[in-house]
Amino acid sequence: MKAQKTLLSVSVASALLALSLGAAAQTVRIANQGDALSLDPHSLNESLQLSVDSNAYEALVGWNKKLEMVPMLATSWKQMSPTVWRFELRKGVQFHDGTPFTADDVVFTMGRIAADGSDMKAYSNDVKETRKIDSHTVEIETKTPLPILPQILSQVYVMSKKWCEENNAVRPVDRRKGVENTASFKTNGTGPFHVRERQPGVRTVFVRNPRYWGKVEGNVQEVVFTPIANPATRVAALLSGEIDVMEPVPVQDIARVNANANTRVLAGPELRTIFLGMDQKRDELLYSSVKGKNPFKDKRVRQAFYQAIDIDSIKRVVMRGASRPTALMVGPGINGWTDAQDKRLPFDVDAAKKLMAEAGYAEGFEVSMNCPNDRYVNDAQICQAVAANLSRINVKINLQAETKGTYFPKILRRDTSFYMLGWTPSTYDSHNALNALMRCPDDKTGSGQFNLGSYCNPKLDELTVKLGAETDQAKRNAMIKEAFQIHIDEVGHLPLHQQTLAWGVSKKVELTQLADNYMPFKWITLKK
Amino acid sequence: MGAFVLRRLIQAIIVMVSVAFIAFLLFQYVGDPVVFLLGQDATPEQIRQLRADLGLDQPFFVQFWHFLINAAQGEFGLSLRQGAKVSRLLGERFPATFELALVAAVLALIVGVPMGVYAALKRGSFMSQMFMTLSLLGVSLPTFLIGILLILVFSVWLGWLPSFGRGETVQFGWWSSGLFTVDGWLHMILPAITLAIFQLTLIMRLVRAEMLEVLRTDYIKFARARGLTDRAINFGHALKNTLVPVLTITGLQLGGLIAFAIITETVFQWPGMGLLFIQAVTFADVPVMAAYLCLIALIFVVINLIVDMLYVVVDPRLRVAPGGH
Repeated sequence: MKAQKTLLSVSVASALLALSLGAAAQTVRIANQGDALSLDPHSLNESLQLSVDSNAYEALVGWNKKLEMVPMLATSWKQMSPTVWRFELRKGVQFHDGTPFTADDVVFTMGRIAADGSDMKAYSNDVKETRKIDSHTVEIETKTPLPILPQILSQVYVMSKKWCEENNAVRPVDRRKGVENTASFKTNGTGPFHVRERQPGVRTVFVRNPRYWGKVEGNVQEVVFTPIANPATRVAALLSGEIDVMEPVPVQDIARVNANANTRVLAGPELRTIFLGMDQKRDELLYSSVKGKNPFKDKRVRQAFYQAIDIDSIKRVVMRGASRPTALMVGPGINGWTDAQDKRLPFDVDAAKKLMAEAGYAEGFEVSMNCPNDRYVNDAQICQAVAANLSRINVKINLQAETKGTYFPKILRRDTSFYMLGWTPSTYDSHNALNALMRCPDDKTGSGQFNLGSYCNPKLDELTVKLGAETDQAKRNAMIKEAFQIHIDEVGHLPLHQQTLAWGVSKKVELTQLADNYMPFKWITLKK
Repeated sequence: MGAFVLRRLIQAIIVMVSVAFIAFLLFQYVGDPVVFLLGQDATPEQIRQLRADLGLDQPFFVQFWHFLINAAQGEFGLSLRQGAKVSRLLGERFPATFELALVAAVLALIVGVPMGVYAALKRGSFMSQMFMTLSLLGVSLPTFLIGILLILVFSVWLGWLPSFGRGETVQFGWWSSGLFTVDGWLHMILPAITLAIFQLTLIMRLVRAEMLEVLRTDYIKFARARGLTDRAINFGHALKNTLVPVLTITGLQLGGLIAFAIITETVFQWPGMGLLFIQAVTFADVPVMAAYLCLIALIFVVINLIVDMLYVVVDPRLRVAPGGH
């Protein structure tokens, strides 16, 4: 009897083992702190959703492992005139349902992102018209010369006109009428994977698309994507082997994941730059002890703040090494970043004190600082460290850290004197950062929309407009450099660092980490 | 009875509307969802447009009125973040929360009652002292800590039990159940224990106190004098009379379990309503938050109503006399 029982349990165990091995050879289980909120690639302009969708959908233009532009659904493109681009489309591509991909789908997609209910409208702001030339050629005309149109289009995933029309998915989502759309729950793209099962917030199962036009480098056949919001649970699930890949690893757990025999942390710089901004427009700060004038209008005060921040200690203590201090408002991987310009002013408390004295603030002053506490890695702790640093030049910081839901509306109203922000240029180009963060704010053109301290320099403004339409890459980069130098010389913002991406990965998985934090399943390989 | 129920129903509606009103007042402070929806490259015009589309630019009372009208028809609109119907989202999530709360309640009862009885009968023994000390721990340790500790021990160190999620489920119409698969039960163990611990200690202490009370009463003394066995006295007479308040409390606590499953669900990534609510809060997803709070209020109201009606059935003194007597 006992022997029988043992035999039974052994056979059950081996059966289970075989099952799990069988599955492991094909399947990778990925956990993220969040979920794609909808599968519709035009319903939310958010990097996680776009990253997940990028496995099922493709754009005209894509990025390779080094974040260089490569052809995807378009095989080639050229500028016919400063405002007209012609794209030759890839032939023989099919959507997951077998419908052939044609120019009509591109025209439809460009209309869909501009339509009501699309959260990707920003990507069509500069597009005047999309024209079909023949079945596999389209022309896109922009309102003004736009040298980075291909970069912008890399985020616009192409959907099938026929499928959307048949499935009540012509519009991304209509919140006013409360109408859902099929594309929120199902995918029909041209990408290497399609969604087999979708339980929002629970699990999404991707399987290889047998009709895929390209060669898939990785060997993964099935991907189970699970959101696990709690960081401690996410780490536990990785350590216990219930999942194979997860991100992000909280900075305090990086050592622990590396110490485990079966897991490692894959770290790399992210494109997002974290910086501080100061109100340089009002004649008197909203929240400060200084009355009748604005100390931040004085470059010496801004520079004193800059030099009083001990960025290396922040990196070591607050970020536990997981950051890359920066002197620029963009990081490596963004066109326009140069190593030569990325040299920080030295951390020097004495020099900072001297600057404060010269500016007439030897006794220091009080100012409120606004910070999010759940948006960037250790954001509130960074602000605390900055506040401690600034106390050494007699500046007393009243720190107000709060959740992103209330933080962003507040600082976007410019209801702040001193704030923290992080920025990733969605076009992978410095023009986006210059335009949004450093140009003089103008509600009509939308420039300087995130320049919340209203830093303003007409020369930088002029350069940004000019380089936006400059098609000669060398000239363009020279202008970016010049604009950055103006901003550096004036200490327009206080750049802090680029965060480090930290993915927890099982040792049996090989994958590629991109600096934009996308995780293409097609580059995931399971080792035997 | 009919008049009684009607009166309670009217009271229930007042409670629901008040909950909705207070919830709506609070929503003014959770932030602005529009910022998250459009991303960083949207123009001010597009932001204004979306705010108008969502009705967020209207005065508070207009927004509240629209909400009431729709809610009365069972329509809570679309989740701002997910673009899916709120009723669908809650429907998908309710079974997970309900099953978890149910298992936790049963667990708390079948473990808590015997422990309470034991602690009352063997007062002062080593084991009862242990139970009392443990129950203090159970009451004072925060739920998330218990959850994380269980995960650390049983998932990471021992590798016996899964640390997150609901596992394999079986679908019955719109109801997804994890109670019919081995995998589902394995996933249920840790969250159910975490959620049950507070209730368990509560029930244990309640049973112990009630039991001690009852054991001192005259009819127990009389039963002893009659020479009944200890077993008959303790379980036939004493425990039976103890259980009435215990069952009442447990019934009411079921509502509490459903409502307070939020933390357990967050720790174990249990795909229930609590997790949905937490995610909605961080993104100021007002329709989801409002619907969730109304649903929780409804659950409490219904449970209270049932308990009140049971009282009427049990206790004839509460019945409204038909008049004339």
